[in-house]
Parts: sequence; C-alpha cells; structure tokens
Amino acid sequence: MANYATNEFKGGLKFMLDGDPCSMMDIEHIKPGKGQAFTRVKYRNLNSGRVGEKTFKSGDSVEGADVVDTDMEYLYTDGEFWHFMKTDGSYEQLGADARALGDTSKWLKEQEVYLVTLYNGAPITITPPNFIVLPVVETDPGLKGDTAQGGSKPAILPTGASVRVPLFVNEGDLLKIDTRTGEYVSRA
Amino acid sequence: MSAALNTLLRKRAELLVIARLFFATRGVLEVNTPVLAPAGSTDPLLDSFTTQLNGGSAPSQYLYLQTSPEFYMKRLLAAGSGAIYQLVPCFRNGELSQRHNPEFLMLEWYRPAWTLAELETECCALVDDLLGAAPYTRLTYKQAFIDFVGLDPFAASQENLRQACVACSGIAAEQLDRDGCLDLLLSHKLEPALKNLGRVIVYEFPASQAALAKIHQDKSGNKVASRFELYVDGLELANAYEELTAATEQAARFAADNQQRLALGKPEVVVDVKLLKALQQGLPECSGIALGFDRLIMLACGAASLDDVQTFSAYRW
Repeated sequence: MANYATNEFKGGLKFMLDGDPCSMMDIEHIKPGKGQAFTRVKYRNLNSGRVGEKTFKSGDSVEGADVVDTDMEYLYTDGEFWHFMKTDGSYEQLGADARALGDTSKWLKEQEVYLVTLYNGAPITITPPNFIVLPVVETDPGLKGDTAQGGSKPAILPTGASVRVPLFVNEGDLLKIDTRTGEYVSRA
Repeated sequence: MSAALNTLLRKRAELLVIARLFFATRGVLEVNTPVLAPAGSTDPLLDSFTTQLNGGSAPSQYLYLQTSPEFYMKRLLAAGSGAIYQLVPCFRNGELSQRHNPEFLMLEWYRPAWTLAELETECCALVDDLLGAAPYTRLTYKQAFIDFVGLDPFAASQENLRQACVACSGIAAEQLDRDGCLDLLLSHKLEPALKNLGRVIVYEFPASQAALAKIHQDKSGNKVASRFELYVDGLELANAYEELTAATEQAARFAADNQQRLALGKPEVVVDVKLLKALQQGLPECSGIALGFDRLIMLACGAASLDDVQTFSAYRW
C-alpha cells in the first residue's frame, strides 16, 4: 500500500497503526509560533471500533491500509457467519463474523443493502443504512386515540432489538428507525 | 451583506482604530516595509512562500513573502527611526488550522532602549485596551512546565522528556530532539492547562529557543532566552524578545539555521545581508514584539477559529 505523509492526512483516510487498520476522523495541525509542527489525529480502530488519538511529527508518514467500503446485500446467517452479496453485479458472497457484525445485528434485515468495510478482502465492519424499516413483533397493546401525546413503551423487533415507541404503536406495525441513535422515527 | 459579516467588519475596524490610537498616543510611528523581498526568514521551523520577479527594469529575481516584518523594521531602527510599529500581512507556508492561516495580520512593534519588562507592561496595556482589562499571571517557562507538565524542562533527561511525550500523545518519540519534546509537551499539556488561566505571560524560554532574542542566565544558572510569550485562554497571542543586536552572533545563527534546514531536507534561505550590515553599524538596544492580530480578533469576538474572524480565510478563497 501507499504511504501517506502528514500533509496528505484527511478525514476517512484508512491507515495501519500497530498492525490494525484505522480510519482518520479528525486531523489537527499544531504549531507554536516558534516551534515544531505536529499533526494530531483522532482515529477509529476498525478492528476494535475504539477511538484513539495519536500525534505525528510533521512530515512523518503512515502506511495506507487495504480497506475498501462496498455495498452488499444481506442474505442469511448459518449461525457462525452472516453472509452478504456484492451489489456490483458480481454476485460475490462474503461471510462476516460476529465481531465484524457488532451492533449492526440489531438492524439486520434480509435483502437490505449494508456498507461492508473490507480489510485485505475480508469484512471487518458492517454499517447499516441510516434509516431502516422493521416490523414490531412484540409490544403492549396500542391505546386507541393516543396518537400524539405523552408516554412511550418498549417494542421488540425481529432481530431482538428493543426500541422505545409511542403508545399507539401495535404489533405488526412497520417502524422507521434511525440506526445511528437506535430511536424510533415514525411508522412506515 | 449578512448581519454577521457586517458585525465582523466593524469589529475588525474598531480594533484596528484602538491599536493605532494606542501607538499614536504613545508616540510610536506607524511604518510600512516590504511584504515581498529577496531575503527571508531562515528559521528552520518556518516555511516561506516564494515567487519570482520577471520583467520590468530588473533581472529575474527569487523573492520571499515575509513571515514577519522583523528584518526591515530592524533596518529602520538601525537607521535611527526610534519607536515604530506596523500592522502588516505575514505569510507562512503549510500553516492552516483552527488557529492558523497561511496569511494573517501581524501587529509588530519595537521600543529602542526598552527592557523586556517595560515592553511587557506596554503589551498588557494594549491588550487591556483591545480586550478589556484583566489580570495577568506571570510564569517562567520552567515553572509552567513543573506545574502543568510535571517536569523540569532544564533538568529532565532526554529519556524522561521522550517518555512524557509518548504518554500524552502516542508519538514515535525517538525521532524528537530535546526542543521537539518540549514543543510537543507545550502544545499537548501546557497550552490546554493555560486555557483556564486567562492571560498568562510565560518568560525565560530555553536558550535553544531564543531565535532572535538575547540570552541570559536565570537565577538557577540555566541559559535562557530574553523572551516572553503572551497566552490568552491557552491561545498563543504574542511573542517578544529583547533583541539580539550583535552582528556576528546574528550571522552565526543564520548560518546554523540554514545548516539545520538542510538537515531537515528544506531549502536554504537567502540571508538578509543588509540586516547584518545594519547590525554591524549598530542596532540600538531594543525590545520587540509580534502579536497575531487575527487571533486577537478571535478573542475579542469569542470565536473558536481564525476562519470565523478573517474576512476571507484560506477555507473561503
């Protein structure tokens, strides 16, 4: 992979740090009037999901990581792997393990398209679309007439995830959910 | 015009008037010196923009956009100008961040026969005029490091400095020299601590960071630069020297700077021989200070970034 010098750092750049692929989030140029320049990078470790900070001397470089983001449709799970298929017409299938799937398990739905991050060709992160529509499989009975005011209750989705919904929501309703916050948006 | 831009333009103009009035009242003369010149700053840690003069009645010539008006102002001082100030755009390549813009407005002034302490008093009076009066804390560089970094910058071993750097920043510290370590600790530990202290004068920097300042001994016998920096809420605002006046020492520092530039893989900078001549003929003993005027406007407006207060920053060219 190519090397990137500090003046090429930018948000989203994928690089290797201590053997792990990482993605740059924030880059800060630091320079006292009379002194050496540094570049402070806030990054996400794509293996662990953890966020960290590291400072580089100006002019230093990092090794690029063989990381690509690709759209893939979720097919099924065999209990050990979750299988996705590329939507670029190649129909290529890849299995992601539970670690790669992470919290996205809460928002998994067959035939939905996910952003799959591949490291050296294998999935390391699965990112759901910002909004997803899922049915309610279990919730307390809806209160007729209560369409706006007050109160919420838990509703269980087919994935086992629980979201807070207004009292008027019934079992079988389709819900639009913001996967970034895990919050109910509306009925779909 | 948006109300925000209108307010900003008026605030900038108002602050410029206050600054000019301050110096007019004190008999300091406003001057203009070249922004574009055939010699530049040799500072190994500053990068000049360069360009070329073509055509006209002169041969082609390589030129530098000035990183500060210092050299020309010192030539005026040597010629007997007396106290002078300048509000002038300065240019530094590779500097762009929340607190940096490659072009910025510098307020620089010189006081012949003044000590650094006298200049400090005047600097505080000006900042009081521009930002409103507030108390100032004075800290030696050494004490600031002991209090906020947890080590003595003069006594700590290189190994200890490097360990402290790794601990606070994760940097690959084996490539940092002593000043590199100190710069890193200053920006990662000291500056954040100064955020809560309002206006702070840090003085007696290590002699290795003297740049164009004189060097003296502190009371523990450490060689220190006759230099102070003013921080406001953790933002580096002004840098002052009791100016080096010895021509031979200045020539030696220029040569050492260029050696260091070569070692860093940077081009040598054409030395201002006319400044050296002026020093030979006699630069009066003086103190001088450079204040980042856009940063001051940031503080006056309570803005979080330079981009918020420059009329057209590099993000909005």
